[in-house]
Amino acid sequence: MSDAAGQTVQAVETHTPKELVRQPLVLNNRPLSWITDQVVGIVEGKMPVWWNVAFVVSFLTMMMCFGYIGYLITTGVGVWGLNHPVAWGWAIVNFVFWIGIGHAGTLISAILFLLRQKWRCSINRTAEAMTIFAVICAGIFPGIHVGRIWLAWWLFPIPNAHGIWPQFRSPLLWDVFAVSTYFTVSLLFWYMGLIPDLATIRDRLRIAGKKLNSGLDWMINRFKQFAYGFFAMGWTGSNRHWRNYEKAYLLLAGLSTPLVLSVHSIVSFDFAVSQVPGWHTTIFPPYFVAGAVFSGFGMVLTLMIPMRALFKLEEIITVRHLELMCKVIIATGSIVGYAYGMEFFIAWYGGNPYELYAFKNRAFGPYWWAYWTMISCNVISPQLFWFQWCRTSPWFIFIVSIFINIGMWFERFVIVVTSLHRDYLPSSWGYYSPTRVDILTFVGTFGLFLTLFLLFIRYLPVIAMSEAKGVTPQSDPHHELGGAKPIHPEAEGAN
Amino acid sequence: MSQPYAIIAEYDTPADIMAAAKKVHAAGYKKWDVHTPFPVHGMDDVMGLKNAQIGWFTFFGGITGLTAGMLMIYFMNKVDYDIVVGGKPLFSGFYAFPVAYEMTILLGAFGSLGGMFILNRLPRHHHPLLANDRFAAVTDDKFFVVIECADPAYDEAATRALLEGTDPQHIEMVEDAQ
Repeated sequence: MSDAAGQTVQAVETHTPKELVRQPLVLNNRPLSWITDQVVGIVEGKMPVWWNVAFVVSFLTMMMCFGYIGYLITTGVGVWGLNHPVAWGWAIVNFVFWIGIGHAGTLISAILFLLRQKWRCSINRTAEAMTIFAVICAGIFPGIHVGRIWLAWWLFPIPNAHGIWPQFRSPLLWDVFAVSTYFTVSLLFWYMGLIPDLATIRDRLRIAGKKLNSGLDWMINRFKQFAYGFFAMGWTGSNRHWRNYEKAYLLLAGLSTPLVLSVHSIVSFDFAVSQVPGWHTTIFPPYFVAGAVFSGFGMVLTLMIPMRALFKLEEIITVRHLELMCKVIIATGSIVGYAYGMEFFIAWYGGNPYELYAFKNRAFGPYWWAYWTMISCNVISPQLFWFQWCRTSPWFIFIVSIFINIGMWFERFVIVVTSLHRDYLPSSWGYYSPTRVDILTFVGTFGLFLTLFLLFIRYLPVIAMSEAKGVTPQSDPHHELGGAKPIHPEAEGAN
Repeated sequence: MSQPYAIIAEYDTPADIMAAAKKVHAAGYKKWDVHTPFPVHGMDDVMGLKNAQIGWFTFFGGITGLTAGMLMIYFMNKVDYDIVVGGKPLFSGFYAFPVAYEMTILLGAFGSLGGMFILNRLPRHHHPLLANDRFAAVTDDKFFVVIECADPAYDEAATRALLEGTDPQHIEMVEDAQ
């Protein structure tokens, strides 16, 4: 069967100029059921040892995070390294870092969908999951940095004890709406994509359950059938349903696109609307959005390269997918590099001595080490991807992606801390350093992020199967692999 | 008591099911459907389906979000408890815009997903097709044509003959066990 299919493809290719032949998105001409077996196999099978080890480590790290948050709440924000004038420290740095990570997921799921980039189908599920988990990590920090956390509900449009409402002129309040909308819409989009795949798991469980009559296995099977079946909403793959489903998917993609651009713009307003030199710039919204997508793609690659190797998904998440993501990194990384340069240029060209001082101080002041870490990770490392070897060697991409993660965290550190530590009153100038609590709370959020991600791998299909199937030639009714009659007489002979 | 629900025909490839769907549509059936593991491109035209109406749900969700956002801020910051901050106007569409914009998207998204469920009559967890063993492969790699017995043009012998003429892998009667 696979031989015959291979010959057909060869026959078709002989009629198409070589440079126009598209590389298949799923390698080796696998049949549709192979995709199902490969992806659902992860959910159905036993988790390997490394998963259990990773889960225990992540879980303990997450618990450490919660422990330090408890310590913060019971003791007060004095346990952090904040001082005057650096009243925004790691909490805001971490918030912006995590929320930025999420942006790659929405870019892959929404913007690449609108641009008809079919390669997104192998990676969108994982990237969207990453978005949701990153936004959860981000959401912790604004909640706990308010100091008196029991008053965090003042952020929401509820009148306080004096009947006073929130003040909507503040970009901090815009942020509340932007981030909560972002989380909700990402979750809806992700869930909608999951419905057909949950139905696949449900149907496989039902058939497997026929062989079981009683005992523990039967009970587990029944429970899983109920759980997956409940969330599959009775999906039957009806074309009348697909018609509405695809339209709703398109509309959600259309809504998510302006949403993702607005979220990091609004995050940047937190800074840009203030009058602090180094923050008060109009370049912030586009620069933040590009940086967010850049950092998010870094994190997608950090997660996906080990995942595809450990679960043998190399034929679905191919080297070509990695290469295309690297190209997005070159584009967004170059925008980020340009923004760094333009900030400096405007600081000089704008003729404002305070602005110029803030930037000189950034590069050559006491935080020079943070600035140059940021520049080397964010400006230099993505440029390596101009070389094809760098874009096609997974282990090398993985290392660069780690550098991007580090660099983008430092970018937020540079923006927040270097602008604040030399404020209007030179007598209060000082040096900000984090405390153990700052550092370990942030490390702990990685535990939360990875715990959620490992659970996602364990219980949900990591590839959007219905979409990945939909981009194979086997799914095209006009392709010979999809059952169409051969167009070319020679091809007919080969068949 | 169980009664016949529909006659189903199974196919291996999207091209086969396209050809079959053309014949069923031409035969004038109304209560019939095609079930596939992924949306098959061009199937809507073959089945004679019109454009989906989800957009209206999105539109009204979005309009509601924008209006609610603007009115909420107008009420809170101008009507109910006005506080002058930095000499800025008590209400302005500009400063209210980011929040109203996010609410437009939020309710638009709920409208789209909710509209999909409403128009598809989902969730429907008990469906005769979901009890059929062969039909379970529809979410894997098989393609099915389903003609309901409730269709006015349905006739057991004639419908079966029509489906047999489309080279299916398998034909089966599905019963509704009630």
